[in-house]
Amino acid sequence: MITFMNNSDSEEEPCNERTSLMSAESPPVPSYQDGLQASEAGEAQAHRKRRAGSSRGPNNIAGGETSGSGVPVRESALENEEEELTLKYGAKHVIMLFVPVTLCMIVVVATIKSVRFYTEKNGQLIYTPFSEDTPSVGQRLLNSVLNTIVMISVIIVMTVFLVLLYKYRCYKFIHGWLILSSLMLLFLFTYIYLGEVLKTYNVAMDYPTLFIVIWNFGAVGMICIHWKGPLQLQQAYLIMISALMALVFIKYLPEWSAWVILGAISIYDLMAVLCPKGPLRMLVETAQERNEPIFPALIYSSAMMWTVGMAKTDTAARGPSQQTWDAAEDGRQHLRSPSHAESQMSEARSPVPTRPITSLEELEEEERGVKLGLGDFIFYSVLVGKAAATASGDWNTTLACFVAILIGLCLTLLLLAVFKKALPALPISITFGLIFYFSTDNLVRPFMDTLASHQLYI
Amino acid sequence: MTLAVFFGCTFIAFGPAFGLFIFTIARDPLRIIILIAGAFFWLVSLLLSSLIWFIAVKASDPQDEQLQKGLLIFGVMFSVLLQEAFRFLYYKLLRKAIEGLVALSEDGCSPISIQQMAYVAGVGFGLMSGAFSMINLLADALGPGTVGIHGDSQLYFLTSAFMTMVLIFLHTFWGILFFHGCEHRRWWEIVAVVIMHLTVSGLSFCNPLYVGSLVPSYLLMAAAAAWAYLLSGGSAQNLRRFLLCLRSEASPQPGS
Repeated sequence: MITFMNNSDSEEEPCNERTSLMSAESPPVPSYQDGLQASEAGEAQAHRKRRAGSSRGPNNIAGGETSGSGVPVRESALENEEEELTLKYGAKHVIMLFVPVTLCMIVVVATIKSVRFYTEKNGQLIYTPFSEDTPSVGQRLLNSVLNTIVMISVIIVMTVFLVLLYKYRCYKFIHGWLILSSLMLLFLFTYIYLGEVLKTYNVAMDYPTLFIVIWNFGAVGMICIHWKGPLQLQQAYLIMISALMALVFIKYLPEWSAWVILGAISIYDLMAVLCPKGPLRMLVETAQERNEPIFPALIYSSAMMWTVGMAKTDTAARGPSQQTWDAAEDGRQHLRSPSHAESQMSEARSPVPTRPITSLEELEEEERGVKLGLGDFIFYSVLVGKAAATASGDWNTTLACFVAILIGLCLTLLLLAVFKKALPALPISITFGLIFYFSTDNLVRPFMDTLASHQLYI
Repeated sequence: MTLAVFFGCTFIAFGPAFGLFIFTIARDPLRIIILIAGAFFWLVSLLLSSLIWFIAVKASDPQDEQLQKGLLIFGVMFSVLLQEAFRFLYYKLLRKAIEGLVALSEDGCSPISIQQMAYVAGVGFGLMSGAFSMINLLADALGPGTVGIHGDSQLYFLTSAFMTMVLIFLHTFWGILFFHGCEHRRWWEIVAVVIMHLTVSGLSFCNPLYVGSLVPSYLLMAAAAAWAYLLSGGSAQNLRRFLLCLRSEASPQPGS
């Protein structure tokens, strides 16, 4: 079992980078910045913008300036409206990330609880060379810290290597590396997983059937991930390979090392994405400069893609909403300066329908969604899976970690909406997850067990 | 201790709550976020109260039965009070969120009202409370064993499921009552919610005398339901119209 774990570095690959969270639009259009707002998000900022927008409106129009200034007012007001339209979908995008993260965690927890293979100790990876079988606590702690240092260094080296390859445009090498690692995940790890599941449920399967099943699964997966495929199928495959990778980590990382690694990798993620010379930040910025999407094999995209055909009908639907927005503005301005407002409104209204349609069409052809790195999926699932595996059979701990991670993700998306640039998705969620794991396992569990034994309810 | 017990207890405990979730909450992403945040707030309150209980237990003599019992009672009461305190904090957070939503909206009104938030927050608290009470039991119900073999009640799983269901409903109604009290500055509603919660938790000390704990809890739930219904704008006339499938202008049609 240990031998194939040793071989390629490419297995590390999907978990190294892409531990960052960013909005979908690769060419950053400044005025329509990827504002995905959760409900409470950016209230101050948007509030200010909206106030500015609406206060500019009546001032300019009531002041009776030329229709030339009416158009810039319309533009800024349009920007506001598009921002608000994006903001309205903010909660939807949060849910579009909650669902895949939840699914990945459910797959990992279900496997951990049913297939004993993934909780058996069967050796360690070479990335964690120090054993934790020492009798003294101090030695064990030291070994786990050393394991963490080795693991994080490997990750840093891989990430820097990838960024350098990307910077110097060695695309073929990168694609070859990604294809090799997804080949291994989709074929080898799936074969092992299927084998263990069949063993657990004592189901017999002959080799020809197995070959056909694995071949189809793997081939369709390669096509979906690296080329084209239905979005939901691609999302499903990405979730499955994240779950497989997380299961490998849960099996082969020793106890204490796993927790220290989780903590260290969220600190690394924070620095790699936010520091100016951080590798992940440089990767994202280079991709944005070159107007290229980052490799699809490393990012989960929750994009809602509209076709041009739909955009036309959508703008027809937007038309009345634009009109109602105008009417609302009208209403407000009527209160201030009826005569001026009416005349300006009628002549300013004619350029209005053309402006929003073209810009909204452009918007609708782009992808609108949030992207989450697969590394984030993997480490969230590692945390919840470890909680399921090691929390002495307690489901409360697993549930608490699950809720903590979802809330961390929600807060991260809030910050994404406020700051509108790539953010690390690991730190907040993993911190909450770790806090809740240790406190639920040590504090809440005895309390709830005592309550349950007396059948008391709080 | 079979699949039947597992599924039966799961559906008794969580069936109504999942029905509420699917029909009223699952469609709206904003409500799902409020639900999960409510669950998080309940979890934090449980964490803090367990911390206090744990410290008290560790600082005391583990052999003294009376003291341990007293500490448990104290732990339960303190946890109830802390849960209500966190409900208040969640109310404050949601108030701020409504102001933000109003500012972000096109037409100056929030896409979700404080009453809807109160309901969803209540369901969030209830679901998390029910899950923490029931999930370990359900996991054990799948495995081998005989209930009450040492002389305890044989109805343990069933009564736990019913108690969980009533608690989930109670949390939902308490959410509505509590937020209404906070909105309209009626402190007696808040005090009533706290007293009801303390009563229900205190009644559970009667277990395994289930008549003493389940029946009053269900009566309290009915009372809280009626009160919450009236506060949310319901009335006997509305109820009659709903049950008879009447429309306001059409002639009455028999309900199915």
